[in-house]
Amino acid sequence: MSKKLLLAKAHIEGIRSYDVYRGEGGYSSVEKALKMQPAEIVEEIKKSGLRGRGGAGFPTGMKWGFLAKPEGVPRYLVCNADESEPGTFKDRYLMEFLPHLLIEGMIVSAFALGSNTSYIYIRGEYHWITDILQKALDEAKQNGWLGKNILGSGFDHEMYLQRGAGAYICGEETALLESLEGKRGNPRIKPPFPAVKGLWDCPTVVNNVETLAAVVPIINEGAEAYSKIGIGKSTGTKLISACGNINKPGIYEIEMTESVEEFIYSDRFCGGIANGKKLKACIPGGSSVPILPANLLLNTAKGEKRYMNFESLSDGGFATGSMLGSGGFIVLDEDQCIVKNTYTLARFYRHESCGQCSPCREGTGWMEKILKNIDDGKGKMSDIDLLWDIQRKIEGNTICPLGDAAAWPVAAAIRHFRDEFEWHVLNPEKCLTENYGLAHYADPIHVAVAV
Amino acid sequence: MIKFNDENLAEVEKLIQHYPEGKQKSALIPVLHLAQSQFNGWLDVPVMDYVASLLKIEPIEVYEVASFYSMFNLKPVGKYMFEVCHTGPCMINGSDKIISYINQKLNIGVGGTTEDGIFTLKTVECLGACGYAPMMQLGKNYREHLTEEKIDAIIDECRGNNSDTINNFNKMNA
Ligand SMILES: Cc1cc2nc3c(=O)[nH]c(=O)nc-3n(C[C@H](O)[C@H](O)[C@H](O)COP(=O)(O)O)c2cc1C
Ligand code: SF4
Ligand code: FES
Repeated sequence: MSKKLLLAKAHIEGIRSYDVYRGEGGYSSVEKALKMQPAEIVEEIKKSGLRGRGGAGFPTGMKWGFLAKPEGVPRYLVCNADESEPGTFKDRYLMEFLPHLLIEGMIVSAFALGSNTSYIYIRGEYHWITDILQKALDEAKQNGWLGKNILGSGFDHEMYLQRGAGAYICGEETALLESLEGKRGNPRIKPPFPAVKGLWDCPTVVNNVETLAAVVPIINEGAEAYSKIGIGKSTGTKLISACGNINKPGIYEIEMTESVEEFIYSDRFCGGIANGKKLKACIPGGSSVPILPANLLLNTAKGEKRYMNFESLSDGGFATGSMLGSGGFIVLDEDQCIVKNTYTLARFYRHESCGQCSPCREGTGWMEKILKNIDDGKGKMSDIDLLWDIQRKIEGNTICPLGDAAAWPVAAAIRHFRDEFEWHVLNPEKCLTENYGLAHYADPIHVAVAV
Repeated sequence: MIKFNDENLAEVEKLIQHYPEGKQKSALIPVLHLAQSQFNGWLDVPVMDYVASLLKIEPIEVYEVASFYSMFNLKPVGKYMFEVCHTGPCMINGSDKIISYINQKLNIGVGGTTEDGIFTLKTVECLGACGYAPMMQLGKNYREHLTEEKIDAIIDECRGNNSDTINNFNKMNA
């Protein structure tokens, strides 16, 4: 059984309300933290090994350690609740069912960072969740957890909610800050990093919802206990949002010691592939990370079992591995078309590009067009090489990582499923009504994977 | 004359307090949401100019923001917007079928509005409901695990009801 640190109480009746949450021991981490020194808390977070849950996996304690502290300048904590990476819907669950857990984690984090004001930037479409969070914020304030001189500690803190308005790019931290300032979500050139110059040019920490919620069990149970859960540099638990062709889509809190195979097939998690079909491929960490064929998903190229953690999912680099990313786990069965799937993702990135850098603005549109052609049976063999060429020219040549995020899915699809692209070109009529199918993707690894 | 109702005016005052003095521009996106909900679901130029005057910023600062974010409508829309997600995970689970069913049932294309001005169909990119696909946004809420029967029921619900019931629809995903 995986230990539950975040969702242990999610199913308690009424846990969304302050009274029930408090009755179940909620806000005890704030009581504990306010008796500690802020620097001690930062140290605890470092020791816990917690890594950011927003996608990049950056060590949280280290990020907090970078926060500049110039005299007389306010510092801000910003919670990134923009959650828009296709396949990802875990933060929604946390906020919808355990709004007080996020608020609790943010109060402790803000105290550790010396921040008197924090913002939760939530995607605009999560409108009903904004209402849930606002109610929880009001309750927290009425009960003295926000406001002036919290628990007589001398620490003041106000927390506000801000709704976005439909823009994936605002999940990128500097675009998010621009948006919070009432502007278009154009990412900023880094450096300077937000830790030095963030919201209104003041030092700012931006963290994901799940990262901030994880601060609660770390403070309650101690960094040492937390760091013993999981494996290697993947400590604690991780929320995985599982979707696609599986029997039990939903949110799972897992210890990062579970194998991918167990996660897909066990009844404790996804419960296997839906409708008795076979597994073809999977995008294990949100739409930006490389898609893997079944054989490379379940085992690494070395033939070792693959596990649901940062290190194991990226074993083999992009040639034969992928990434844990945001934990958006998208499963494709034998009937799914890789070309069509890649096309919808390319369209997504073209739609979401902010347009500041030409490789991203032009490249995403071009890739979308070519993929649509191939999917419609109008592709040429040379298009496949052209796609490869375009994605290579985007990667690494843009202001923010959205360019890379748009390039990687296309690269991985061609790298692992080139024969399916070629089949589309060679069978322009047939590809409109039939699927390429499973081919050898599910076989044991029998080819040395190139590139 | 374009003017917020008292409730929205009070809300604007409250929003501005969330930010340090002089940073009232930060309230722009939330204020545009209020404006869109009070003024028929879209942002006409005079509405945007009014928002600019309220926040003491230039009109162009409002236009450039309103045109950047996909939730802001710069053209009139129907009373009910069916915003159907068609990104990968929803596509895998049959969003194409749902979209063509709505096309046919309401006799409108994507981006179109019915002649009576009641329904608009829009496709949107991932809304964070991938595990409950296919899905759409309707007002404040999501409608998930869509089927043709559910679409029929939703259309009837909209035809027979007012926007309050739609917006108060409160389904939770367990
Ligand atoms: C295009 C793009 C979209 C992103 N979207 C999100 C998002 O929706 N939520 C999130 O927490 N982080 C997102 N990130 C990552 C953030 O930039 C940032 O790294 C993260 O919020 C830091 O929090 P963490 O350290 O707690 O993970 C995105 C990054 C990029 C480049
Ligand atoms: S990479 Fe794309 S999204 Fe990022 S700043 Fe450049 S154009 Fe904008
Ligand atoms: S892909 Fe449709 S909600 Fe995520």
